[in-house]
Amino acid sequence: MDFLIFQAPMLMVQASMDGILLGILFALIAYGMALQWGVMNIINIAQGDLVILGGYIAYTMYLAGIHPAWGVIVSPIIMYFVGWALYKLVINKVVDRDLFISILATFGIAIVFQQLMNFIFGADVVVAQSGYGTTMLFDNSVTLPNSKIFSAFISLVYAVALVVYMKKSRLGRAIRATAQNARAAKILGVDTEKVYAATFGINAALCGIAGALISITLTLHPYVGLPYTVRSFMIVIVAGLGNLPAVAISGMGLGLFEEFADYILGTEFRIGAVFMLLVFILVYRRFKLSKKREYLK
Amino acid sequence: MEKVKQKDLILYSGLIILGLAAPYLFSAFKVQLTYLCVLIVLAMTWNLQGGEMGYNSFGNILFYGLGMYLTASVQVGMFFPLAEWTESGGEKTFVHTTAQYFQGIGVGLLVSAIIPAIVAGAIGYAILGLRGHYFAICTLGLGIAAGEIAGGIEIIGAGQGFTTPPFPAEIVDVEARGKFFYFLSFFVLVLAFVFVKYIYGSRFRLILNAIRDNEDKAEAMGIQTMKYKIVGWMVSAFFCGLAGGIMGGLIGYIDSTDVAFDGREMGVFMVLMAILGGKGTLWGPIIGATLFHFFKEGLWTFILGWQYVALGVLIVVIVIYFPEGLMGWLREKYPERFGEVIDEKDRKSQVELK
Repeated sequence: MDFLIFQAPMLMVQASMDGILLGILFALIAYGMALQWGVMNIINIAQGDLVILGGYIAYTMYLAGIHPAWGVIVSPIIMYFVGWALYKLVINKVVDRDLFISILATFGIAIVFQQLMNFIFGADVVVAQSGYGTTMLFDNSVTLPNSKIFSAFISLVYAVALVVYMKKSRLGRAIRATAQNARAAKILGVDTEKVYAATFGINAALCGIAGALISITLTLHPYVGLPYTVRSFMIVIVAGLGNLPAVAISGMGLGLFEEFADYILGTEFRIGAVFMLLVFILVYRRFKLSKKREYLK
Repeated sequence: MEKVKQKDLILYSGLIILGLAAPYLFSAFKVQLTYLCVLIVLAMTWNLQGGEMGYNSFGNILFYGLGMYLTASVQVGMFFPLAEWTESGGEKTFVHTTAQYFQGIGVGLLVSAIIPAIVAGAIGYAILGLRGHYFAICTLGLGIAAGEIAGGIEIIGAGQGFTTPPFPAEIVDVEARGKFFYFLSFFVLVLAFVFVKYIYGSRFRLILNAIRDNEDKAEAMGIQTMKYKIVGWMVSAFFCGLAGGIMGGLIGYIDSTDVAFDGREMGVFMVLMAILGGKGTLWGPIIGATLFHFFKEGLWTFILGWQYVALGVLIVVIVIYFPEGLMGWLREKYPERFGEVIDEKDRKSQVELK
């Protein structure tokens, strides 16, 4: 335990800024999670591994001499097709089944992805250098990497673009209709199979963007996918399905929590704190609901 | 009725003789056989709760890892200062005498069974109020959080791991270590089997099934579901802790995320084995664990490096195509063997309704 952070106000500002910028990125992943959960009723444990794969795409570009920031355009395009293929191979068989089946099946996919990434990209911790430099605030007492600001900005741009797309476009309307009532949508001529494939593809593309941003702001490693899955799961259960402002706010809240946990408990307990927070949130909601004799559904 | 009992008696005594003779028959595979026993215990107790109670837990690894750390800590802590032991790492300044070793592991296993059961009881009320996939994700989080937190605690070795006491060097018989751990695990297996078998014949199992099939209705019928859920989880935790304690001694080295709270291997294995054999049956997890172990040991070496890919594909295939498992498949094929009578007319009318 280390309470230095409460004695130095500038550290607090630093942690808050870091947390909020990071939280916006988490919210982007969570939005993909909410999308597939709401539309297809599956929980995708491989979400985090899709993120890491997207990050490795940007990292490969970086190795090839292209600036990794272009990854935010290339990575989602590739990841869309990865998601689409994944849907056609596996996910379409778990859509109408028990949620536990989808959890276990995507857990299997996650293991495969982790190991394949380990083969292809190696087990080292890597980062793509964006060369954006840092911004100093408050007499150099708060440092913000520009890549973090860039990533938060890009996340917001994509999130807004997605919301507009979901509201205005034909496919977006079809996706929303399917989420409301798949059977009715089918009767009214929506090809739900196509909608599901597109939804999963869009989710994977969102993961790709987030991954590309993570490759320049944080670090990549084949086995760190699961914490991203858990973060997005947490954000979704706090914010609810399909409530974008709430997703953004709870994403920032999670980012703040993580940065403060990092300072107070120490970096080695950071991931542990995230998972404990998940447990606490679920248990809190369970007690809150049990007062009304309901349970989480 | 008498005849069936006699058949059972022959089966069980045959299996026990086989189990006792196994380390002599296959003396080169003692470690694998120990693994098999532990895997069966894990699958069987997971099934009690995942299969019978319908609470699919990814978090039983929590109790397994807890048991592992507890056994080793007690075994060391009874005679030597624990902190100095873990700090010295592999180089041993303290050596257990034979008597100390066995006393330590005995007490350690006892502690490693009881404390996880108490932990399960303590967190049970909060965690078991969650349903379905929330429970699954929550327990997954618990298991991983435990691994991450254990990896940060200095006194049990933190990130560098914890070397469990080596088998006493005074025993010159090279086979002794393997035999000791095999018989220990076999004893736990028999204990677990007898216990689970007893549960299968009792009212407790019917209550667990009622919870699985419809918890609200079970509650409405006057069953205090929470009480039974917690007891069910405590039974799982008890045996998971024991299994973990044995594995810690057998492996000889405890790492927080790769050995103890190994959600990527053991945590998935126990779910997979139970599903492979068939959830909600007595023999399913045993058969599933045996098949899985043979598959793993046979195939792992040929596809070195690709084993996790194979594991992931196996999970996907089993879950999607055989969610009922081997026993479920047999049951569908030969329902009369399982004592089910099918009314053809009724079955057909149900098919039409669908």
